[in-house]
Parts: sequence; structure tokens; C-alpha cells
Amino acid sequence: MASEVMGKTESSVNYLNVTTTVKSWLLTLDHKRIGLLYLFAISFFFALGGIFATLIRLELVTPQGDLMSAEMYNRAFTMHGVIMIFFFLIPSIPAVLGNFLLPMMLGAKDVAFPRLNLMSWYVFMIGGSLMMYTLISGGIDTGWTFYPPYSSIYSNSQVTIAGVSIFITGFSSILTGLNFMVTIHTMRAPGLTWFRLPLFVWAHYATALIMVLGTPVIAITVLALAFERTLQIGIFDPKLGGDPVLFQHMFWFYSHPAVYIMILPSMGVVSELIANMTRKRVFGYTFVAFSSLAIAVFGFLVWGHHMFTTSQSMYTGMVFSLISYAVAIPSAIKIFNWTATIYKGSVSFDTPMIYAIAFLGLFTIGGMTGLFLAALGLDIHLHDTYFVVAHFHYVMVGGAIIGYLGGLHYWWPKMTGRMYPEIWGRVSAAIVFIGFNLTFFPQFVMGYLGMPRRYYAYVPEFQVYHILSSAGASILAIGFVMPAVYLAYSLKYGQPAGANPWMASGLEWQTPSPPPTENFTYQPVITHEPYEFEHVEEIKAARKAEEIQMA
Amino acid sequence: MPEQASNFAFEVDLFYYFLTALTVVFTVAIALAAFVFMVKYRRRSDGEIPEQIEGAMKLEIAWTVIPFLISMFIFAWGAKLYYQMYTDPKDSLEIFVTGKQWMWRAQHPDGQREINELHLPLGRRVKLTMTSEDVIHAYSIPAFRTKTDVVPGRYTTTWFTPTKTGKFHLFCAEYCGTQHSGMIGSIVVLDAADYQAWLKGAPRDATPAEAGQKFFTNLACNNCHYEQGGGRCPTLAGLYGTDVKLDNGSTVKVDETYIRESILNPAEKVVAGYQPVMPTFQGQVTEEQIAMIIAYIKSIGPKQPGGSAPSANPMTAAAPAAATQTTGAATPGNQPK
Repeated sequence: MASEVMGKTESSVNYLNVTTTVKSWLLTLDHKRIGLLYLFAISFFFALGGIFATLIRLELVTPQGDLMSAEMYNRAFTMHGVIMIFFFLIPSIPAVLGNFLLPMMLGAKDVAFPRLNLMSWYVFMIGGSLMMYTLISGGIDTGWTFYPPYSSIYSNSQVTIAGVSIFITGFSSILTGLNFMVTIHTMRAPGLTWFRLPLFVWAHYATALIMVLGTPVIAITVLALAFERTLQIGIFDPKLGGDPVLFQHMFWFYSHPAVYIMILPSMGVVSELIANMTRKRVFGYTFVAFSSLAIAVFGFLVWGHHMFTTSQSMYTGMVFSLISYAVAIPSAIKIFNWTATIYKGSVSFDTPMIYAIAFLGLFTIGGMTGLFLAALGLDIHLHDTYFVVAHFHYVMVGGAIIGYLGGLHYWWPKMTGRMYPEIWGRVSAAIVFIGFNLTFFPQFVMGYLGMPRRYYAYVPEFQVYHILSSAGASILAIGFVMPAVYLAYSLKYGQPAGANPWMASGLEWQTPSPPPTENFTYQPVITHEPYEFEHVEEIKAARKAEEIQMA
Repeated sequence: MPEQASNFAFEVDLFYYFLTALTVVFTVAIALAAFVFMVKYRRRSDGEIPEQIEGAMKLEIAWTVIPFLISMFIFAWGAKLYYQMYTDPKDSLEIFVTGKQWMWRAQHPDGQREINELHLPLGRRVKLTMTSEDVIHAYSIPAFRTKTDVVPGRYTTTWFTPTKTGKFHLFCAEYCGTQHSGMIGSIVVLDAADYQAWLKGAPRDATPAEAGQKFFTNLACNNCHYEQGGGRCPTLAGLYGTDVKLDNGSTVKVDETYIRESILNPAEKVVAGYQPVMPTFQGQVTEEQIAMIIAYIKSIGPKQPGGSAPSANPMTAAAPAAATQTTGAATPGNQPK
């Protein structure tokens, strides 16, 4: 696809048109091309996960099971969760935008280990192919949480292969995280001190920390599950002498921090969007930077809040609840600082800002409803209901995906050299916002009324909420399809973007769009803090033009 | 809001309303601020560079400390409720529940059994002791605001006092396989008279303790566990609720969990002075049968001073009339605390 873009109108040689063969893409060591390879892969998985979401919402329009069988419904919601989490959300921002931007933001030519970077994509594709095999050979019906002994003994679906797939995919995450950490430590341009780093980089550093430290645990966990299932080694099944709750501890030890793998990069994106769309230094830069690290560290200590009803001891529950509130504080600090950044800014209403502001509102709701669930006595009622489903979709879709889309629009001109159609960008952002709220807000209500998760059929009194939710989902689907169409359209017909269409301050905007393979034709030297707009040539030029007009 | 039908419901709802109000206040404040700033400070010219603001230490401290204090208050309230839910009440009606793909079985102390239904007396504390025959389930009663996972290989408990008569939903809340959404039923709360009528009319087997005694004999437990002691294995009379010394020097309290473990995995904790000769009964007894054997062992436990048994409660005074048909000390609800 990219080879169609290049060459025809762009006169200069850039990373897209420097070579055009398929082989040059499949063996590329260029972090920007690897970012695009990831973009194709995860877009495919996002569409696939979306198809399963559609099936779920269609089935739930009526209380009785009618569209599909219970077996198929259970496979649909499991595949939706597994694909969206392991194959879309976790790689989304880090592997696409992070890969593309991190070296540029550091003033570097590439990541520290380009070959490892390419390898991580291949590992991801192998894991993804195995998941595809899982799907066509019958899928899995355990839920993305794989709780034994259902998953280890009772389920007759493809649990072992799915486990191996996740085991393999985890390594791509570890390699990416490792690469980012080493790159940030060793490849910063002269003058680029830690406190001159864009907040996007801080967020990715925190994310990389979790990827490297957390992912091995999920690998061990799914492997242990596969051993129990195939070799009857008793680890989790009580009939074999194991402990099913042990699995939940191990699973959430990774899977709670994994939530921060999904949301932290999005927070990094939003920091960039708000700063550059308001031309303001991010209010309380150091607080926003360190809150990312605080989230990454505290995030490892709260896994037990997924298990308040699981017969862990009362005092264990209390400790996990207490620490969970500690995680809420750095998130709140970010929200306040972003809001304060807009104050007295020069606010643009372009699509990236609309996404950023949507993030601010939706993530606030997602975060606040997390307080409900961390509250012990209340979680007993809310646990495993649609309230939980609504909460994590507000964080995962309203936070992570909205941030991803905002970032994709913002850096699209840098990646492709073309502007997307602005009006369609705004319209689709508004449709996503409306569709999203209509889909998931009713789920809070029915969750409190007692509607349990993962129900194929349900008692009729919940139908009205399910209908609202399914109606919202169809609007949301339109909002997600639109960018796919107009972004593809812009590849050929979009206006040439120029180096810095947003008049943004970041280092990545000081090189042509699309950038040359080596990112910069000169060695950048950093002399100022990340969000200083006095230095931006395009703003200076605009100001000069305005002065002439005035005179 | 779902109906409030237990002692916990009111406070859980109050807590929920409080948090909802807090969420609305914060969300509206953020949204309003963001909206006003966006409109008021919209970009007026392409070359505009606003005045830069570093940050403000006082503000940072304020919006760190205030949310922290609020969150500690939420934590404390949640923990207090959890403590109440977690603390077993004295003097309760004890019912044994088994989850099994995809049904709920309940076993009442007087021998009534039901599937996917649970009849309860109004205003009486009820304690459920639960386990699963297969995978993890969760016993969820939204109208009571309670939910507890039902885990194979261990006992979990929950308690509540129904405060409203009527029929309420019972859901399995932990995904348990194909017919998970079919693992539902009803909780029927009856006033005293109706409950007595139900107790009399419900199909009834032997009480758990009686049935347990039968299993005890059928499984030939009594070949080694003599009633008067002196067999190859310790006597079980008067044992329940006491502490016993193990061969490794430690002590263990004889409770449901220990008895269950000793039936399924007898070599794990062997009483001092005895050989590990007992075979495992894994696969030979169901969880319900184990619960009955435990009920029997409880019934031959130490005699209780005074009448602290639930059957002495005036609410169910008529129920023991049926229970008196049972032999000797086998009143099933008679459990030491």
C-alpha cells in the first residue's frame, strides 16, 4: 500500500520510497517501517476483534439465545477479549506509534537493536498466526482470563494452542520493551536530558518497564496451564492437588499491570496532543512524568483487587484495596495537569485535540468507576457484572483506543506525508464519542442492577439496556470504519503535509514528512525543554506573515 | 436500583450513591473546565504563542492530597462493609450449597434439598457454606448485594439476613462453561408462617447428619474409626472444633476444611501417634456426601453447654419438631462456634 504513495509526488527520498520491493519491507531494519508493519497487523486484528464484538452485541439484543449457540457465543466473547487485548491493545501504541516516533523524539537514527525490533514483529506474527489457527480450528471458550480448572480440564476447546500463542506473542512485547529502555537510556541526542524528554517518551519508558518485568509471568502462567492440560501435572486443578486460586494470582500479577501497558502509552500520546494543540508547556511536567513511573510501579502491587470475592483472606483484600487507591492518585494528577495545560493556551479544534478532550472525559469516568470496584464492600456486588465490563471499556476504549486514534491522526502526516481530511476526522471523532457512550454507559446501569458478565441469555428485565448498548455499538462501528476509509483515501489524495503541519514543538516535526530513513540529515542538538514553541520555525513564519498583513 | 432485600443492601446502595455523586462532581468539573478553557482560549491567529505557565506547586499538592484523603475515606468505608460481610455471624441458619455445571444444589439442616432454588426465612441470619464439584462458580444474589466464588477444593462462606419477602434472582457470576447463563435460579424469602409451611411440605431426605452417618458406615469408616476409641485411627466422637496434635508436632483445629482434607488427602496431616494407613476417598465421594459426613462428625462433636443451636431460635421453633425424629444428638444445626 505504501509503495503507491511514494515516488509520485514526493520529490525527496524518504523511508517509504527509498526501496520498494516486498523483500525490502519484510527485511527492513528501519523502525518506521517496522512501525507500519505493526500497523497493518494490528489493524487486521482490530477489525477481527470488532467482528466478534458485533456478534456479541447482536446476540444480546434479545434475552433468549437465538442468533447463535451458547458454545459459539462463549467463543465469540473469548476471541473478542483475547484478540483485542493481546493482539491489538497491548501492541497498539507502543509497537506502532512508539516504534515510529521514539527514535525521532530522541534525535536518534533508529532504536538500539534494530534487528531485535524486526524480530519482535516476526515473533508477533507467529503468535498471531497461531491464534488464527486456534480460531479456525474451533476457537476457545474460556474467557480471556483462562481460569482453571475450567480451562485446564473441562473446556474442550483449543486452550493449549491459544496458550502457546500468547506465550510466543509475549516475547514480542518483551523485546519491544527491552529495546525501548535501552534506546531511551543510550540514544538520546546531545543536550537531551531526562527532563527535556517529551512525556510520550516517559510514558513509554514506564510501559517498557512493565513489559519487561510483567510479561514473563503471564508466559509462565499460560505454560503451566498448558502443562496441566496436556500432561495432567497438578498445578491449578484441586483434583490433581493444585490450587485454582493460584492461577488467578499469577494471571493478574501480569494482567493488571498489562492494563497499564495499554493505558500508559495513551497517556503519553494525550500529553503530546494537549501540549501541541494548545501550544502550552504541559502543566506540572515533572508530576506528569513521574506519575507514569508511579503507575508502573504501584501497578504491580494491586493484582489482588480482581479477587475480592475469591476467598482470599479478608486482610489480603484490605491491603490490595488500599494499594489500589494509591494507583488512583497518579492518574488523578495527570487529569488535573492536562486540564490545567489547556488554561490560557492557544487551543486548536483539530481532530487530535477532539480525541484528546474525549480521552480526558472518558478516562475520568473510567478512572472514577475504578474507585467503585476497588472499594471492598461494594465490589462484592459489582464484581463480574456489566459494571466491570463498562468500567474497563471506558478505560480501554475510551482511554487507550481514543488515545491511539488521536495519535494516529496527529502523526499521520508525519508517517505518510499527507493530511487526512480534517472535516471527516472531526465528524468521525464525534461519532466515536457518541457511539461509545451509548454503548457502554447503559452497561454501568445494568451492572448495578445485577446483570452478570459473559451471559449468553439473560432475564428479560435487562433487555432495554442491551438494546441501547447494541444500538450504540453500531454507531461506534461506523465511527471506527470511517477513519479506515478516509485515512486510506488520504494516502493518494491527501494534501501534502509538509514537515510540521501542526506547528508542533517536537523533534519529530523538524524533519521532512515522510522522514528520510536516517530520520535526520543532521545531528540534532537539544538546547531547550520539550514544549517550547518560540523555537518553532513555522510559528515564527506565521507570525511574520501576520505582521506583514497587519502593516 | 435493584430491590433491597438484605441487611447489607441499604448501606451498599448508600455507598454507591455517594461514589456516583463524587464521580458526577469530578467529571462535570473536569469537563466544564476543559470546555470553558477550550472556548475561551481558542486559537485566534496562526502565529499565536500563549504565555507559558510552568506549573504551580501549591496546586499540585492540593490535587494530590485532596484525592488521597477522599480515596482513604472510600477505602475505609469499603473495608468496613467488607469486614461485616466477612465476619461469620453467630447463631445462623447454616445451609450447604454445591455448585455443579450447571446447577445449584442446596441442603438444609433438616434434610430439605433443593435445586436452583433456595427458600429462606425472613429476618433470620443465614450462613452458606459452599463448594464446587467441578469448576469455579459464584453464588450471586443481586438483591442481597452479596456474591461469593464457589471454588472446587475448598469451602467458601457467605452470610446475610433477608429483610424482604419475595422471589429474587440467583445468578452464577463466575464464567463456568457452555451453560453458564443457564445456571440461574431464585431465592425465595418467606415470612415465618410460610417458611414453616414450606419446611413441612418440602421433599425431605434424611438430615445431613443422618445421611452422613449412613455414608460413614457404608464407606466402612467405622472399621477403623471406632466410636469408643482404640482402633487403628482416632475416634471422631467429641472431636469437632478441638485442636489435635499432628505427627510433625504442629496442631490443627478440626474444622470443615480439615475433615474434608483428611477424607480426600489423608496422608497430608496425620494425627500424632497414628500411622498414615487411611486410603484416599478421592473420586469415591461427592462434595455433598463429604458435607454430610462432616455434618455427622459435627453431630457427634462435643456436647454444647446451653441451647445455642439455631433450632432454639423462636423463629424456627416449629422446625425442630420435625428434627426431633432424628436420633440422639444428631440435631444438624448444632454446631459449636
